[in-house]
Amino acid sequence: MIDCKIVKVNSVSFKYEKEWAIKHANFTVDKGQFVAMIGPNGSGKSTLVNLILGFIKPNIGSIQVFNQSIKQFDDWKEIGYISQQVNRFNGGFPASVLEVVKSGLVSRLGMFRFLKREHTQKAIEALKIVEMEKFAKAKIGELSGGQQQRVFIARALVSDPSLLILDEPTVGIDAKHVNDFYDLLGRLNKKNGITLLMISHDIGTITKHATHVVCVNKAISFQGTSDEYKQFNKQNFTHVHEHMDQQLIHDHVEVTS
Amino acid sequence: MFEVFFKYEFLQNAAVTGMLVGLVGPLLGVFIVVRRLSLIADALSHITLTGIAASLLLEKKVAMITDLNPVYLGMVFSVLGAVLIERIRKMYKNYEELAIPIILSGGIGLGVLLISLADGFNTDLFSYLFGSVAAVSRSNMWTVLIITIIVLVIVVLFYKELFVLSFDEDHAKVSGVKGRWIHLLFILMVALVIASSMQVVGILLVSALMTLPVASALKIAKSFKQTIALSVLFGETSVLIGLVLAYHLSVPPGGTIVMITILILIVTIVSKNVSTSFFMVKEGV
Ligand SMILES: Nc1ncnc2c1ncn2[C@@H]1O[C@H](COP(=O)(O)OP(=O)(O)OP(=O)(O)O)[C@@H](O)[C@H]1O
Ligand SMILES: [Mg+2]
Repeated sequence: MIDCKIVKVNSVSFKYEKEWAIKHANFTVDKGQFVAMIGPNGSGKSTLVNLILGFIKPNIGSIQVFNQSIKQFDDWKEIGYISQQVNRFNGGFPASVLEVVKSGLVSRLGMFRFLKREHTQKAIEALKIVEMEKFAKAKIGELSGGQQQRVFIARALVSDPSLLILDEPTVGIDAKHVNDFYDLLGRLNKKNGITLLMISHDIGTITKHATHVVCVNKAISFQGTSDEYKQFNKQNFTHVHEHMDQQLIHDHVEVTS
Repeated sequence: MFEVFFKYEFLQNAAVTGMLVGLVGPLLGVFIVVRRLSLIADALSHITLTGIAASLLLEKKVAMITDLNPVYLGMVFSVLGAVLIERIRKMYKNYEELAIPIILSGGIGLGVLLISLADGFNTDLFSYLFGSVAAVSRSNMWTVLIITIIVLVIVVLFYKELFVLSFDEDHAKVSGVKGRWIHLLFILMVALVIASSMQVVGILLVSALMTLPVASALKIAKSFKQTIALSVLFGETSVLIGLVLAYHLSVPPGGTIVMITILILIVTIVSKNVSTSFFMVKEGV
């Protein structure tokens, strides 16, 4: 394919009520990239992801996913999505972990096709990736938040998507598993060639793993490779002391845009 | 105890219809409960009553219409009510549950008016409210059978879509599930099943048959499929025992059936608590 743009956001503006949440945003995600999307709270990261997924429609501008306008897009098996709030799902739902992961295959199967034994096998493989296969029979509501999050990662992976969109997936996951998780994402990206778009506040860690960085602050205030980002950061904040923590740098990005 | 149910046609009708609604009621009930739509079942059963009242009135006032079985107009009203609820839910995006009191009270209000106009406050009405072992005709039974088959086919065909929609609507969207259509289909099925169940359990207790077996199943099931299986099992048990009791005690079956569902609920809750504390003692906690 000549055009390898997986996601293309063309001068998109969006407002929920009066104020613009996204203003003239332009950016692309190319095949094979691991894009980290960063920015302070309320800067519009989740909004941008919701626009890309077609949950909400831009007031101005257009969005293409896999070279198709999101309005007509229907190849959902290519996209895996992990949302910001784990608790968005129905908490008391009486499903087993296995059933939840299998539901990730709905997009691949399409209508009028049934889940079969081979799909159970696939779901177990996905659970192995996130080291949750022991819990296959457990009820989803009886797991801890971090364990649930890992199950949802398995659900997103089970349909073999070529684009994975993650909105702060590491919230509620302990340090050990966060590291494992980034290793996993790195493997998916390099070995399996899955394109990743991930929102995160842990800038130190994610910029180490990601190939590209996008800074959002209503508009896109920076887009480039991770190295370029480090450069950009140095140039802009030479006055920032070494010991200053990530959060502060984070806030400065907000001030400069 | 059961023999009489083979002997008389009206009892056969009631038994077969009861078994059918004991199957599809709790089956749809599982989805209703997990989607927190329990009150929609109530609203739809009350609008069904309005349809019945309208039918009674028509029969009384319009000379040409005789022998109109009120169940059918009840179904029509229930389906229209379902469509209306969806409309209202869309109007009040953040207060979707407002649709329920609007339809419920509107249904009762109109129902009471129509019943009074038809001078219908009599034993007939009583059997619609609480069910009857004698009211189900053969043709009603066949109608319910057809509805049952339709519901079973749709639930099997759209099982995974219904599952995804109930569990996580965002994930349903990124799975390409046509949520609005499936939801509409679902709510129409609920409307039909409610109208079908009405003759056996009665309007006031239909939603109990749909939700109480699920409440018991939720306590012990380990998966969604198990929840469905147990709900149907509890539903069928309640209908069977309830019908037999109702016949022998000469009381409306709605009451006995619902009392059995409640008994099952109490037994599951108690046995669950006993078994948890038993394990806690065993483990020395
Ligand atoms: N459903 C909504 N209705 C109205 N306004 C909203 C809604 N969701 C978000 N907003 C507003 O849009 C802006 C961007 O929110 P968004 O959730 O995209 O931020 P974010 O970058 O994801 O923040 P965080 O880091 O806290 O997740 C905020 O000012 C927020 O108040
Ligand atoms: Mg967010």
